[in-house]
Amino acid sequence: MVVISDIIVQGVQMLLVLLLAPLLTGFVRKIKARLVRRQGASMFQPYRDLLRLLRKEVVLADNASWLFRVTPYVTFAAIWVAAALVPTFATGLPFNWTADLIAIVALLGSARFFLALAGMDVGTSFGGIGSSREVMIAALAEPAMLLIVFCMALVAGSTQLSTVANFLASSYVGLRVSLGMALIALIMVALAENARIPVDNPATHLELTMVHEAMVLEYSGRHLAMIEFGAFLKLLLYISLIACVFLPWKIALFGTGPLAYAIGAGAYIVKLAVAGFLLALFETATAKMRVFRIPQFLGAALMLGLLGTLLLFVSRSF
Amino acid sequence: MAPVVLQMSCVAGLLGIAGLTIFLSRAKSATAIVYSLTLAVSLLALFGSIRSLLGGVPDISDLTLPIGLPWLGAHFRMDALASFFLVVVNLGGASASLYGLGYGHHEPAPHRVLPFFPAFLAGMNLVVLADDAFSYLLCWEFMSLASWALVMAHHREPGNAKAGYVYLVMASFGTLALLLAFGLLAGPAGDYGFAAIRIAQHTPYAATLVLILMLLGAGSKAGLVPLHVWLPLAHPAAPSHVSALMSGVMTKVAIYGFIRVIFDLLGQPTWWASVVVLILGGITAVMGILYAMMEKDLKRLLAYSTIENIGVIFASLGLALAFQANGLKLAAALAFTAALFHVLNHSLFKSLLFFGAGAVLTATGERDMEKLGGLIHRMPQTSFAVLVGCVAISALPPFNGFVSEWLMFQAVLQSPELPQWALKITVPAVGALLALAAALAAACFVKAYGVTFLGRPRGAAAETAHEVDRYSLVAMFILAALCLLAGILPGLVIDALSPITTAILSGRMPIQANEPWLSIVPIAESRSSYNGLLVMVFITISASLAVFFIHRFASHALRRGPAWGCGFSDSTPAAQYSAGSFAQPIRRVFGTLLFHARDHVEMPAPGDTRPARLRIELHDLVWEGMYAPIAGAVGYSADWLNRLQFLTIRQYLSLVFATLVTLLLVLAIWS
Repeated sequence: MVVISDIIVQGVQMLLVLLLAPLLTGFVRKIKARLVRRQGASMFQPYRDLLRLLRKEVVLADNASWLFRVTPYVTFAAIWVAAALVPTFATGLPFNWTADLIAIVALLGSARFFLALAGMDVGTSFGGIGSSREVMIAALAEPAMLLIVFCMALVAGSTQLSTVANFLASSYVGLRVSLGMALIALIMVALAENARIPVDNPATHLELTMVHEAMVLEYSGRHLAMIEFGAFLKLLLYISLIACVFLPWKIALFGTGPLAYAIGAGAYIVKLAVAGFLLALFETATAKMRVFRIPQFLGAALMLGLLGTLLLFVSRSF
Repeated sequence: MAPVVLQMSCVAGLLGIAGLTIFLSRAKSATAIVYSLTLAVSLLALFGSIRSLLGGVPDISDLTLPIGLPWLGAHFRMDALASFFLVVVNLGGASASLYGLGYGHHEPAPHRVLPFFPAFLAGMNLVVLADDAFSYLLCWEFMSLASWALVMAHHREPGNAKAGYVYLVMASFGTLALLLAFGLLAGPAGDYGFAAIRIAQHTPYAATLVLILMLLGAGSKAGLVPLHVWLPLAHPAAPSHVSALMSGVMTKVAIYGFIRVIFDLLGQPTWWASVVVLILGGITAVMGILYAMMEKDLKRLLAYSTIENIGVIFASLGLALAFQANGLKLAAALAFTAALFHVLNHSLFKSLLFFGAGAVLTATGERDMEKLGGLIHRMPQTSFAVLVGCVAISALPPFNGFVSEWLMFQAVLQSPELPQWALKITVPAVGALLALAAALAAACFVKAYGVTFLGRPRGAAAETAHEVDRYSLVAMFILAALCLLAGILPGLVIDALSPITTAILSGRMPIQANEPWLSIVPIAESRSSYNGLLVMVFITISASLAVFFIHRFASHALRRGPAWGCGFSDSTPAAQYSAGSFAQPIRRVFGTLLFHARDHVEMPAPGDTRPARLRIELHDLVWEGMYAPIAGAVGYSADWLNRLQFLTIRQYLSLVFATLVTLLLVLAIWS
């Protein structure tokens, strides 16, 4: 009986992230538009975009192989599984025990691995430029992310996200230098991984300035819909990750009743809205960097992660 | 039959095949006969070693043969550690033989390969089995020479002669270091048996020297930076299935030697030894993968990637040493298991990838990635198997590479317990280096796979390629399946490795078979757990759900058309990203410092119709900073000493007289 209710909660969580992801992106776009005094499209525009893409035919390049057609599904599945592993409104969900934070990083890595391959599959120079820059960014963002993971794991004594969230929600941790560094580094990595300003511009369609968009340039129709959906989910995943580790406020702890779940879900939506607003604010206030400034940006994240970890190695109370 | 007797019989069988081959190597059917025989013997040896490994803790068997040094004999022994490495060696041997059954038919000079192939396998088996220093060194030398002969199989190809020469010099250097190490271990009593060395007390100075000498000797064979220079020359020079053995298996035999001496024979380690091993491992991992990233020759790229993996293994071993020195047995067992798991994993996927490179070589005659491309259309099965290998080596779940990296990171997280400050600072820094290496490995294999197999063909050879023979494909698919199996059922592998950690570190990881749903749990579930099987099931389910809904509700319409490419759809295949251009961002980030990389653009003046040229300048700083000066010094002193060869008789006589007087003077002053 307990198992069944656990699985239902897990299923609800997986559906919830799926349903909320496009809304979050639409919300960020709307806020950005309002901040620059434009009307902007409706917050629900991403859903309409996805539906329209699904109804369109796929135009496949002559040279595209099976890998190109499989990649959208593999990418989407890997990101969805990773999102299912992150506690959103409740901790201790059954999937949470399958894998830990390191595995989540690696699952996102798999998604990127296949996308980068697909970018090279058609054999145009734009796909190549996108893939090559994407792996350069990832090569710096992934180690930074792992160091952040080390940092959190050393504070909470675990790499298991549910345990981390439980620990940070239920006991007094206080302000810690290392966690502060990890938070800043994680925000920087999240900006890079989600192809946001200042690393990449999600709205651009000028070929030479874009990274992620260049890589998926040849996709169309339902394939593009899956890839876009994957990107929406990834943004939601990173915000959930930051929320569950650094803001485990009102998250439903393991084994609590339906009311706690409802409060948790409400708090989660508030957290998403706040994070989305801050993201929009930040993006309107900064400009995109040159590609070769990105290593310095991510190098700073790497250094912050390393310093945070070193501090914890030196003393557990930092 | 005792396990060691079975193994020795297999070795005798392999040597017998090698002898037989000398007589029939010119015969037409020799290739098929030799590879089927080695396949059979390797499978038998594999079976024996697996049975011995799973047989339990006390399954140790000895054998003394009345050969070797007089009155001493040659000692051979099989314990858990040896059994595990025999599994790695013979699994590699069996798959290479199976691959050779098909690949061997493309060999232009089979009589240069066939006799040495079984001899090489026998040599590797013998090194792992040897139980006294004399037999160990003899077998080590035999293994080196057999592999040298295989490197020189195509001695007329440009570069191979140099590869063979550098290999020979480095192998002799390595053996010299090992010889001195064993000399120190044997001590003044001079008992060369491992049993006696294990009991003997070693002074701290001797132990330090032994560690340094083992890092030089075993490290040079395994490819530790800066002793790696021979590896990217020699490994690609051999035929591809031999490259697979050298890169995937022989480097593991070197690691076996290191483990045997440092963990088993030397006794309790000192903590600072682990700092040396950790730093060397971390640097090796990052340097190896950066070299690989810059490479455009497919087989050289794989050889450089081996250096990275060796670095990862040595870093894990360094962690194990650090924990062991501080008496943290559980953490030491975790780090050691991670190292052994990675040994197995690397032998699986590196063999697979070298087989794939061999298949590409057979189909196109090219190793230069910049002339390949689009092979996924011409060689669908090979490219699928290689894709599995690339995903596995990039440490992506649910494949096996991820599991060993995961275990290693879990071991890193145990290290705040360590008391020494140097370790407290080194371990996280090395952890960062390893994370960087893992991320760069993924980038490197996106490049390798994307440029070779995806995109459009860049030349005639890639356009007309054909799928390779069935034997090669079967060998690749078996290895690919093993990569997946070890990735989704890692608990079984960890349990199989536990007799080794029990015997060597007297600690072990928790029994994983007791965990529900085949999870792996290094310490406790609340700290960390990973379940490869469930991750794979979840990915499969969610991908199938996505496919189901898309195909149920979305449009099915599909049209083939020219690539859009922002309007540049008719560009030539040469406009695609190549290996060099793909690596350019990473070269700019890391290469300027580590390789003194420079891009020179030669731009013609406006109005001039000559093409602009981009020239990339890369320096191998290790070669230029360390080996070139040594080679220069040796050459200079040889030139100088050469004068002594052309003296007149009077000058010779005065030289002899002067020497005699000097020696007598020294003697007089001394006493």
